[in-house]
Amino acid sequence: MSSVSTQEIKKEFLKSKLGLTGIFILSILILVSIITISVIPTSTFQEWNNPEKWISYPKTSVPSWVNFLSSDKIPEHKIINPEVFQSQENGIFLTSQQFGVSFEYDDFPSDFIFEMKTKYTDSHLVQIKVIRPDGITLEFLSTSLPHSDNETIHNQRYFSTDSMIKKNLNTYKNNFDFDFQVGTTEIIFSELYTNQIQKGNYIFIVDIYGIEKYVEVLESKMILGGKAYGLMGTDELRRDLAIGLLWGTPLALFIGISVSIGSVVVGLIYGVYSGYKGKKTDEVMMRFNDVIYALPALPFLIILAVTISNSIFLMIGFLMIFSWVGIAKVSRSMSLQIKTRQYIEAARIMGQKDSKIIFRHILPQLLPYAFASIAISVPAAITTEAGLSFLGLGDPSFPTWGQILHDANTYGAAAQGFWWWIVPPGILIAITGLAFVFIGNALDAIVNPKLKR
Amino acid sequence: MGLKRYLVTRGLTMFGVLMITLLLTISLVGSNMDTILKQGIIYQVRAEITENTTIAQGFNNPEEFEKFVQQKIDERVKTLGLDTPWYSPQRLGYTMYKILILDFGNATFLTSDSGSSNVGEIIFEKMPKTILLFTTATIIISIIGILLGAASSNKIGSKTDRMTSTFAVISSSFPVWWIGMLMIFVFAFVYQIFPARATPSIEPDDPGYILALLYHMALPVITIVLIGFGAWAYLVRNFMVGIMQEDFITAKKTIGISKKKIVYSHALRNAAPPIVTILALSLSGSLGGAIITEAVFDWPGMGRLYFEAISVMDLPVIIGSTYILTVLFLVSIFIADLLYGYFDPRVRTSS
Repeated sequence: MSSVSTQEIKKEFLKSKLGLTGIFILSILILVSIITISVIPTSTFQEWNNPEKWISYPKTSVPSWVNFLSSDKIPEHKIINPEVFQSQENGIFLTSQQFGVSFEYDDFPSDFIFEMKTKYTDSHLVQIKVIRPDGITLEFLSTSLPHSDNETIHNQRYFSTDSMIKKNLNTYKNNFDFDFQVGTTEIIFSELYTNQIQKGNYIFIVDIYGIEKYVEVLESKMILGGKAYGLMGTDELRRDLAIGLLWGTPLALFIGISVSIGSVVVGLIYGVYSGYKGKKTDEVMMRFNDVIYALPALPFLIILAVTISNSIFLMIGFLMIFSWVGIAKVSRSMSLQIKTRQYIEAARIMGQKDSKIIFRHILPQLLPYAFASIAISVPAAITTEAGLSFLGLGDPSFPTWGQILHDANTYGAAAQGFWWWIVPPGILIAITGLAFVFIGNALDAIVNPKLKR
Repeated sequence: MGLKRYLVTRGLTMFGVLMITLLLTISLVGSNMDTILKQGIIYQVRAEITENTTIAQGFNNPEEFEKFVQQKIDERVKTLGLDTPWYSPQRLGYTMYKILILDFGNATFLTSDSGSSNVGEIIFEKMPKTILLFTTATIIISIIGILLGAASSNKIGSKTDRMTSTFAVISSSFPVWWIGMLMIFVFAFVYQIFPARATPSIEPDDPGYILALLYHMALPVITIVLIGFGAWAYLVRNFMVGIMQEDFITAKKTIGISKKKIVYSHALRNAAPPIVTILALSLSGSLGGAIITEAVFDWPGMGRLYFEAISVMDLPVIIGSTYILTVLFLVSIFIADLLYGYFDPRVRTSS
């Protein structure tokens, strides 16, 4: 048990296919975490629960790669930035923003929104039109920015559901051979002879006319509402699930590893001390151990989360309370064996302090076992935390995988068939757990050679 | 002597644990409990006084009336002993005594199916359903697990063996409740074979209720079994592998008893003590896990009750269910200990 040296463990471990697979998965997860932390702005997770942030994203859309798998192309949700041209003629200053879209999908987009932030004085006229692949131009909105005597910054949104747009489109009724009782996008993106998609390049043009002055466009984008978005799709609250899942990775690793290291260290020292001291001390310490062992963990974790706090750091502490017990028991019995060895006796007779004997001579012997236990106890910590989050008791300021699943369950994702909302978080939980189980089992096989047979 | 002493120490420890659990639960929810109770009294007193118009007419000005109301409230608070804080020894003792004799009081919000708000009645209405679900699942798991474990220990390194081990590792990495969500998605919505909600929609006194309950139980049971049997098989296999290396098995082999017979009758019998112990332990363990599983499947048992109580902060129900869950947990640990002592003579003889 204790005669295995670090060198040997390393050598044996490199031979174990399972262990290497575990290390491989773990390094990918760590890499993902590092990339997430360094590349993705932290505002995305701080505002995970702020609906304002996600307003320009689509609701419950499938991941966009689904289009590669099926022949029916689902329209992708697009956020398009304009090309801006400016020109002047007879004192009329024209700012033209062009949004090009290549539309090759088999379904109409659900809607579109023009969102712009402008800085101007006086009055400005806004005209929006679209040039279709067949060359026909539809002018569908003519309006103005609110008049202002002083220089002002104005936020404006034009929605495709605006009744003015529908009214203006009605003037083109004669060009189309079908009934106009359909939505705006179903007219703009339709063939002339029948109400079917016309595929090709569309150019949406927003012209802003000013007298003597250009309007200054600070921000501008067109959102073409679709049913497919991003790598992982979006949820009911329009959140980009890819971002939630990415942030979940470092969080899960952090929770799992800190809980397991904490509980193994505590359990190891507690167990070794109890075993080494023996007699009354041992008896008392082990009774206390029994008490903690017999507490039903989940109900207590729930009560603690509800009454004290559901902060992620406190949760890590709570999880530790319930997970050091088993390790303490095993390390106690190991230290009972080790303490009878002659060199320990010798050290004691030489008058070394107890703490020194424990930390110098006994604990190092248990290190291989400790490493294996750390790896083996990570998955339980991750799943327990995920379970608590699933019940809605997670820390709301961090998007964990469990919370994504909680939201999925609350919004009835299973009933509505939003598989992309349910499947990935669970798989990630399982993969992370597996990585540690693989590593732990490989280490265990080396540390406890009995299992190898 | 040995066994008796062992049982007495275990029993005392268990009782101690029970008391500590109670104390912890009460101290965690105690202060909230007081606020809620006091608010309840204020509400009750005001309602009583406004109903009785003659009292209000007897006062000349509102201040005097308010004073009277406050006095009544204080009186009521005093008679209920709420004027001392929850951590005062008398109140703590009284609360614990009441819980010990299973008098949990009345629930603040939740009611049983029959409409009673007595916490004890609510719990004892839900408990059989939890026990039904998890006992059924555990029994199925252990049967499959023991057979599969024995089969793979029969041929170590064979395809069955490797598949069992792989399945055990992979299946135990998935959270049960997540598999539950997937199962609901696949078997209740994509293929509409089983109902999505596990609560039967017909009344409990209907003759078809039991059948409906069993039908609604199918999906949760399948899910729990699917996640659980792999680990069981793996465990049984490891016990068996250990026993197959013992001398008496080698002796039997040399006599010429067929390997199959050795595995299924001799080795399995010797693996029984740890298996039975773990059976008892896993039953108790599954009760704790019931909270999340029942929440997913909407199974009308203790777990869901607990979760509902937490979400509306129904403190009497929380305290009552924690107590009952702990008792069940401790009883099964105790039974596991007993069985272990019974099967393994070493525990009996050595202290």
